[in-house]
Amino acid sequence: MQDSLKMSTVDLDFYYGNFHALHGVTIDFYENQVTALIGPSGCGKSTLLRCLNRMNDLIPYTRVEGKVCLDGEEIYEPDVDVVALRRNVGMVFQKPNPFPKTIFENVAYGLRVNGIKDKAFLADRVETTLKQAALWDEVKDRLHDSALDLSGGQQQRLCIARAMAVEPEVLLMDEPASALDPIATQKIEELIRELKKRYTIIIVTHNMQQAARVSDITAFFYLGEIIEVDKTETLFTRPKLKQTSDYITGRFG
Amino acid sequence: MKKHLQRELEKLKKRILSLGGMAEESVRMAIQAFETRDGDLAMKIIDSDREIDEAEVEMEEECLKILALHQPFAIDLRFINAVIKINNDLERVGDEAVNIAERVANIAGKPPVEVPFEYNVMAEKSEAMLKSSLDALVNLDADLAYKVCLLDDEVDEINRDIYDKVKAAIQEQPERVGYLINLLLISRHLERIADHATNIAEEVIYMVEGEISRHRNDMFKPDDA
Repeated sequence: MQDSLKMSTVDLDFYYGNFHALHGVTIDFYENQVTALIGPSGCGKSTLLRCLNRMNDLIPYTRVEGKVCLDGEEIYEPDVDVVALRRNVGMVFQKPNPFPKTIFENVAYGLRVNGIKDKAFLADRVETTLKQAALWDEVKDRLHDSALDLSGGQQQRLCIARAMAVEPEVLLMDEPASALDPIATQKIEELIRELKKRYTIIIVTHNMQQAARVSDITAFFYLGEIIEVDKTETLFTRPKLKQTSDYITGRFG
Repeated sequence: MKKHLQRELEKLKKRILSLGGMAEESVRMAIQAFETRDGDLAMKIIDSDREIDEAEVEMEEECLKILALHQPFAIDLRFINAVIKINNDLERVGDEAVNIAERVANIAGKPPVEVPFEYNVMAEKSEAMLKSSLDALVNLDADLAYKVCLLDDEVDEINRDIYDKVKAAIQEQPERVGYLINLLLISRHLERIADHATNIAEEVIYMVEGEISRHRNDMFKPDDA
């Protein structure tokens, strides 16, 4: 099966005020693949992630140069509907951040914001999405309890469900399992493997074993540049560049 | 934590070299026992093999421990993979030395059969291959490892030649068939030692270059250019 290009950046530069955070980043993201972004703290991987759905627009004094394309369309063009973009390119954060509402309302939120009122449709979509997020069996009898009563792992899967409810095409995940215990982490990782059948997934992780387990492609970042991108199995067994090897084997610095 | 891993890998390297030294010593003694038809030395080799076996088991446990505790990547992962395989080859080298010793014990008291075999050359080459393969491991020297792989063909050729000569000798002296079969087996064991040295060299190439050279005959031929 030929994987098709979903998102790409071309010569992307990003600045926080005077700080030049991304330097000429060019990378492709393919449908039904998980791409992991790895690198030391402050290397720009989360910045890149936030460029992909224009979350950085919300930060003052920032500037973007270069291209970011979704299905071949540039997302930084002036006429782009940013709300629609973020519906297509969903995001899951490091710490589970459910709304202080019921489980049901957390998942239904995005749909309601988009004007959907049909109760049967909402109920159906909530159920489907919770099943996709591998959470349904655990919460089906308490959909109207507060989401804050769930465990950390369940909350994170709820946040993934919330992101998926509006049917995005790309899911951005910023260290989605770093605050979870090994069992909850395993569930999230299994979920990622399942979700890639329908989505393009881009994940930032500090856990190299996790990048190795869940991703198809791994990109190594350092000081705002992409140093090496390759198939995950190649990058972790025989990276081409010494810099990559030094980072993944812990000889860095 | 990663510094800890580097220390563990250094220790592992020392241990595999020490095992390599033990295997080399066994081969050296086996060749000497054969040359001098020394039955006592042969028995000593057979007795000392237990140490090699024990070291092999400990080494494997050490490798599994490092894999489980540190989950290494890249060169570290390839190094441990190489050590696991080289460990196995070295233990087999020890066994081949024992096999030679057993043949020597068999023929030690018997009147010798003089045949124009190139045993010395074969033994020297096999021993040198083993030594070079271990040197390549110590120095991460892929070029030296390639040379070891090339030498294996020469040892194979001598082994084939010995087979022909033993066959002819058996026809000439059928009453010495037992003795001659022992000689043939010693040639076979030396050839196996060279094979294990080749395996070690191939593992070193993989470790250094990240390309699996095993079963790739074309890699060992000189460039046409």
